[in-house]
Amino acid sequence: MTPLAGCLLVSSLLFAVGLAGALTRRNTILVLVGIELMLNAANLNFVAFWRFGPHSQGGPESMTDSMTGMIFVLFAIAVAAAEAAVGLALILAVYRHAKTTDLSQLIGRRP
Amino acid sequence: MSTPFLILAAVTLAGAWAAMTLRGLVHCALALAVAFAGIGALYLNLGAQFLGLAQLLVYVGAIAVLIVFVILLTRGGDVDSPRLSPASWPAAGVAVATAVFAVLGWAVFHSNAILAPLAPAPQPNIRQLGVALMDGYVLPLEVIGLMLTAALIGAVVVAMKEKP
Amino acid sequence: MQPSDQVFVLLKDWIVGQSPIMLQPGVSILLTVVPILLVFPVLFALTTVLERKGLGRIQNRYGPNRVGFYGILQPMADAVKSLTKEDIVPASADRAVHFLAPLVLLAVAFVPYAVLPIGRNMVAANLDAGVLFFFAIGAISELSVFMAGWSSRNKYSLLGAMRAVAQMISYEVPLLLSSIAVIMAAGSLSTVEIVEKQAGFTGIFPHWYVLTPWGFAGFILFMIAATAETNRSPFDLPEGESEIIAGYYIEYSGFKFALFFLGEYLGMFAISGLGITLFLGGWSAPLPFLTWIPSWIWFFTKLLVIVVGFIWVRGTLPRLRMDQLMNFAWKFMLPMALVVVVAAGAWRFLPQGVTRWLVCSVFLAGAYVLLARGVETRNKIAKRTYRFAE
Repeated sequence: MTPLAGCLLVSSLLFAVGLAGALTRRNTILVLVGIELMLNAANLNFVAFWRFGPHSQGGPESMTDSMTGMIFVLFAIAVAAAEAAVGLALILAVYRHAKTTDLSQLIGRRP
Repeated sequence: MSTPFLILAAVTLAGAWAAMTLRGLVHCALALAVAFAGIGALYLNLGAQFLGLAQLLVYVGAIAVLIVFVILLTRGGDVDSPRLSPASWPAAGVAVATAVFAVLGWAVFHSNAILAPLAPAPQPNIRQLGVALMDGYVLPLEVIGLMLTAALIGAVVVAMKEKP
Repeated sequence: MQPSDQVFVLLKDWIVGQSPIMLQPGVSILLTVVPILLVFPVLFALTTVLERKGLGRIQNRYGPNRVGFYGILQPMADAVKSLTKEDIVPASADRAVHFLAPLVLLAVAFVPYAVLPIGRNMVAANLDAGVLFFFAIGAISELSVFMAGWSSRNKYSLLGAMRAVAQMISYEVPLLLSSIAVIMAAGSLSTVEIVEKQAGFTGIFPHWYVLTPWGFAGFILFMIAATAETNRSPFDLPEGESEIIAGYYIEYSGFKFALFFLGEYLGMFAISGLGITLFLGGWSAPLPFLTWIPSWIWFFTKLLVIVVGFIWVRGTLPRLRMDQLMNFAWKFMLPMALVVVVAAGAWRFLPQGVTRWLVCSVFLAGAYVLLARGVETRNKIAKRTYRFAE
């Protein structure tokens, strides 16, 4: 098993754990935790391909091209941070109205 | 595969598993912080120095703390622990996740990327990363700045107490 | 350079050369790490005595003077006391998290020393992104503070922990921004390169960044933010001794309390070390005819001066209230740090000479006056009047 395959397996396992958690847990915050795990798994995938994958050889933009994976992940981290902030603010606002973060009570609730 | 990679992968997966199965909310959040730190260490192991440190700074230092704060503000810390199952089918979620993992695993082992020879690993230093951010990727950089500002203002507005 | 400057490096090379080939990497790593683990806790012990006697003198009393010559052996007595105290864990506390909190704090407190250059060629890990490494590890310590406060199942403890984390997050932004000004001026994130850029002299003035207008303002902002990051007075409401007893480490006794204390002081030394590296020129001498003094002596001298400054401020200024603290961080320090970044950029691009001194100084002074007036006029408090019994 090549190192690339190992990294990809780890990231798919991480993704599956995050997905299972996001689908089964009852608390809204834990669903967000699952989503963050899935995002991290995808980022790990990018970094694995950046490190082990095929790169364009030569040419004037080869240095910028060879960093595409890393820069994508950098921006993905920034976007995930913004999304976590807004998501948690939404959870706080919903908690103020409904006094609960339990999804089974929040789904189909009349406002 | 090398021993450090195996150890780090084991720690990360254990943290992720604990984050999704533990009973107390704060324990889940702390296990999530361990998983984030493990992923940051994996990035460092793969040679992405700036990225690993940025992951530690942003995810462990900010997002995990934010999640913990929201848990405390919504009284998650001292109510009864949430049960693992929702009102209806927990097995469905686990089955879907297992199916997704099976498909991804099959795709990994039957793809051409695994068979291709390993290209030499790139070794950018921080200066080249900075130059690339300001030169080729300056538009996404500015857009990210705008988006973070919008997210900041939006989060504050959404979470503000309404004046009675 | 001279042998006295490089004495530790030469000693380490000699010992590594004497050991068998198989063990050489291990011995080299051990000899790099173990001195850090020994020197800074000893410095911590000396600082506790210095602080208690210094605070005592400021408050017009003697400090501890019973143990040893003028109280210098007090840390030994403290160590014996904390090791032999009973380790009480509250019955309803979360045992695993309660146990792990001081360990995480200690681990996270020791790691940033790896990127501080203590002397010429004396840095444990010459990372390309040294400053970022320092801040990333420092950000993890907030979680350990929270773990300590939450696991004790004590309302005061939790309150102290939440206040401490909110304070640490708020003051991280001015800290990072003032460091970014230095990184911009030096052109590198590596601590070794930043120190080497400051090692030259023009006439008798060193090239330290603190001797430029933006560097001076940045240094002051950095030190204020560092005081808040390490929960030192006047920002020590989360652990206020007279307010909520001891905040987030109320329920810790004996050795674990000593570990928290050690972790806090180590954090203080580390962030002072970073301030020295970024602004005060690291291990370089202040005047060109003093370069014969070894570089590591200069580093520790500057560290001692900053620690004395911390103790002095602790004994002098009253504690800030939580809302005053947060206002100060977000409404004064953050805009001021942004102004410092702009001034650093202007300094780089203006021609050398009186022009850039004048422009930068006026810009910074003007921004300071405007911001300070803005923060002050918001709460018009009436002049305090006293009414005595007649």
